[in-house]
Amino acid sequence: MSQLLRIATAGSVDDGKSTLIGRLLFDGKAIFEDQLGAIESASAARGHEGPDLALFTDGLRAEREQGITIDVAYRYFATPKRKFIIADTPGHIQYTRNMVTGASTADVALILIDARNGVLEQSRRHAFLATLLGIPHLVLCVNKMDLVGYSQERFNEIRTEFEAFASKLEVPDLTFIPVSALTGDNVVTPSAAMPWYEGPALLGHLEELHVASDRNLIDARMPVQYVIRPQQADFHDFRGYAGTVAGGVFRPGDEVVVLPSGFSTMVANVWGPGGTKLDEAFMGQAVTIELADNLDISRGDMLCRPNNRPTSTQDVDAMISWMDSDLTLSTDTTYTMLHTTRDTRVSVKELEYRLDINTLHRVEDADSLALNEIGRVRLRTQKPLHFDPYRRNRDTGSFILIDEATNNTVAAGMILGASQHEPNIVWHSGAVTREHRRTTGMTLWLTGLSGSGKSSVAVEVERRLVASGQPAYILDGDNLRHGLNADLGFSPEDRAENVRRVTEVARLIADAGVIAIVSLVSPYRADRDAARAAHEADGLPFLEIFMDTPLEVAEARDTKGLYAKARAGEILDFTGINAPYEAPLRPDLLLRPSDGDVGTLAGLVIECIEQRI
Amino acid sequence: MTQTYVLTDLDKLEAEAVHIFREVAATIERPALLFSGGKDSVVMLHLAAKAFWPAPVPFPVMHIDTGQNFDEVIEFRDRTVERFGLRLIVASVQDDIDAGRVAEIGGPLGPRNKLQTVSLLRGIKENQFGAVFGGARRDEEKARAKERVFSFRDEFGQWDPKNQRPELWSLYNGRHRKGENIRVFPISNWTELDVWNYILREEIDLPDLYYAHDRTVVERDGMLLAVNRFIQPQGDEEPLEATVRFRTIGDATCTGCVESNATTPEAVVAEVAGARITERGATRADDAISEAGMEDRKKEGYF
Ligand SMILES: Nc1nc2c(ncn2[C@@H]2O[C@H](COP(=O)(O)OP(=O)(O)O)[C@@H](O)[C@H]2O)c(=O)[nH]1
Repeated sequence: MSQLLRIATAGSVDDGKSTLIGRLLFDGKAIFEDQLGAIESASAARGHEGPDLALFTDGLRAEREQGITIDVAYRYFATPKRKFIIADTPGHIQYTRNMVTGASTADVALILIDARNGVLEQSRRHAFLATLLGIPHLVLCVNKMDLVGYSQERFNEIRTEFEAFASKLEVPDLTFIPVSALTGDNVVTPSAAMPWYEGPALLGHLEELHVASDRNLIDARMPVQYVIRPQQADFHDFRGYAGTVAGGVFRPGDEVVVLPSGFSTMVANVWGPGGTKLDEAFMGQAVTIELADNLDISRGDMLCRPNNRPTSTQDVDAMISWMDSDLTLSTDTTYTMLHTTRDTRVSVKELEYRLDINTLHRVEDADSLALNEIGRVRLRTQKPLHFDPYRRNRDTGSFILIDEATNNTVAAGMILGASQHEPNIVWHSGAVTREHRRTTGMTLWLTGLSGSGKSSVAVEVERRLVASGQPAYILDGDNLRHGLNADLGFSPEDRAENVRRVTEVARLIADAGVIAIVSLVSPYRADRDAARAAHEADGLPFLEIFMDTPLEVAEARDTKGLYAKARAGEILDFTGINAPYEAPLRPDLLLRPSDGDVGTLAGLVIECIEQRI
Repeated sequence: MTQTYVLTDLDKLEAEAVHIFREVAATIERPALLFSGGKDSVVMLHLAAKAFWPAPVPFPVMHIDTGQNFDEVIEFRDRTVERFGLRLIVASVQDDIDAGRVAEIGGPLGPRNKLQTVSLLRGIKENQFGAVFGGARRDEEKARAKERVFSFRDEFGQWDPKNQRPELWSLYNGRHRKGENIRVFPISNWTELDVWNYILREEIDLPDLYYAHDRTVVERDGMLLAVNRFIQPQGDEEPLEATVRFRTIGDATCTGCVESNATTPEAVVAEVAGARITERGATRADDAISEAGMEDRKKEGYF
């Protein structure tokens, strides 16, 4: 079945982007004769020989005068296999706004590199923006291969360099194609000059690209857009909720919950445009849903499933791209936010950092964002938002900000998750059981010597989980000894009681749908096994994570000066010095300092969690 | 067959257009749909009807009447509006000429395409329309390739191509102050071929002019123009009989036709799929004026 493919292109000035697109359209026979004629006369007027294909994709007069593309232009062409929409975006840093715009709906990003120049700062920027906007496929076109003698070595050099950089980004699918836009090599037809390249030409690759599985067909979401009530004789009682399905599938008979009210009811009928009766409505379809009960539902409400709800909160963390040339982001201003079909006023509580989009460094002391700048913010909305993190769902995770004085769109935002700084106001209605909670709770039990690095890993794991929308909470042994366990010492009996209490708290937290991150020396195997047994009896996942840091290393760190005191005899019963540590026999995960830095170790923990959810 | 949850191209385009119609109806006061009886406006109306089913289309249609229409098209317009049960508002260019708000170019039979802008802006103002749906498509013309789906117009109806609102995802910003308005283009992403495929699939009724018929024409500036009360042979032009159809329908004074044997939607789809000249290039004398012709007119408030 023919399937629309949306492409965003990015390249620096003169990398050959316009020529490449012109070539795709020309060789793909999408340029009409009168358009070609216009290009030929314009080319001749400028003293070019033959049609300058770049002129075809060059739109407004201002651009023609300056010879550069300054706004997103949309191009259309089709092959017998597929219809394509190209969002042609200018590549210069001062047009980041336009690239973000073009990328917001793209399935695939084409990034051009001039083979002579190799991977430049701007190539990295383009790749970063593509991944920030969640484009699932990236194609790197190494252009002007004719100017480097069609060299395989040069191509591989660029490829290796780019791959090293891309490994730091989350690029789900990365392809490299050596092309010459000018001569047409590997654009539409495979190149005879590069027999060493075995992959498909660019067009062939785009025709075959599989995008059906990029959509979120799991989390059923429909923001109510418009309520249809004909109040006519033949449809007297008809009350339909019209909207575009933003995730998953809805079928007649499905139980649904309406947010924010939390009322549940059933899908009675699903209608396609014009009243075609459907068996189901899926992601991307514009439908009208009739519900079994008459509830008070209006635009901005969200339909979802009882056991799979979006996060609802007023405090969110997000990346935003600033788009206004006159105003800058200000924490004193209230903006209007458009999110799904909801609008609400919003204030920016904090600009956490501005991202230098060339180096990807964080500028922590930034106090505003100007045109084309990107940063991470903490927002508080007046009405709760019902969202999924952008990486999980581009429709329910995106928003724009509107300046209330000018009505201009000043920023585009991608939600990372509920704010970590504010208490999580995750809201649920009625009597809920564990299955009904949106998030899966579990306990991560980090065990190891004092100074082995448990807390640092715990903190980073917590940060990442919360940022991705998964609530998590650290139970730190040292901190708990100030309160819950203030009455306990370090004898084997007291240590056992310490572990028992922490186990009980962790179970409650995990049962509530939160990931409990226990960071506790817990030196005795029997105590840890009891903790596991208590969780398993409750059907809660339990991951024992062993921080296998050698004593010498932990002691050398001695972050709290405890080893020194223990050696000096000032502390008795100190694990590793004058009390035993029984290493786990079969930990679910083993972490060693040699495995990498805190970020890497936290990454391993997250992977381990993902396998269990 | 396993369900793949994939929409066809046409279903995707339809879903996008339906979404846009609903978004406007839900967020902007007093929208109207520009309806000329031309195929793009007929397709728009069809989509609007589907978007609000089973309720009627919740806004009126407006025709900017140059007074130089093909009679068949005006009949078709009235029939269609009645079938959908809609209110038709006519903004007449002749009224503006008579009232001296705009001057004729080249006498009563001169081109009136440029004059339409005044009547359009007057129609919007008199009716206080907050949004006006137009059938423009981005594939039609260079300047349109950069037009937003929601295109902001200031109180003088003007478009500022350098200062367009960014448009991301399917989040459309239709906010405006009193006196300003939003032009909305629900079929922005459709091509001529998509439009015809949709007409074929949905069995949409069009004026007969779109299908091949015999007609007396003259050849002028490389175009075939229908001989009628607006167009008469001049100088040594020889009227000739031809089998033609119209790819676009504008004013009878300047819309050319093409030789064609396509008498059915199927045949037109086949013809369009093989066409080597854009529809505007083939048939609109008014666009050929300058390389930047459309851009200039759009800035003034034209569609
Ligand atoms: N030799 C060679 N020149 C190219 C190639 N692609 C583009 N060019 C030239 O590079 C210049 C810039 O190309 P253009 O498409 O305008 O770049 P843009 O700024 O990225 O759109 C033009 O002079 C092109 O003819 C190529 O593959 N090989």
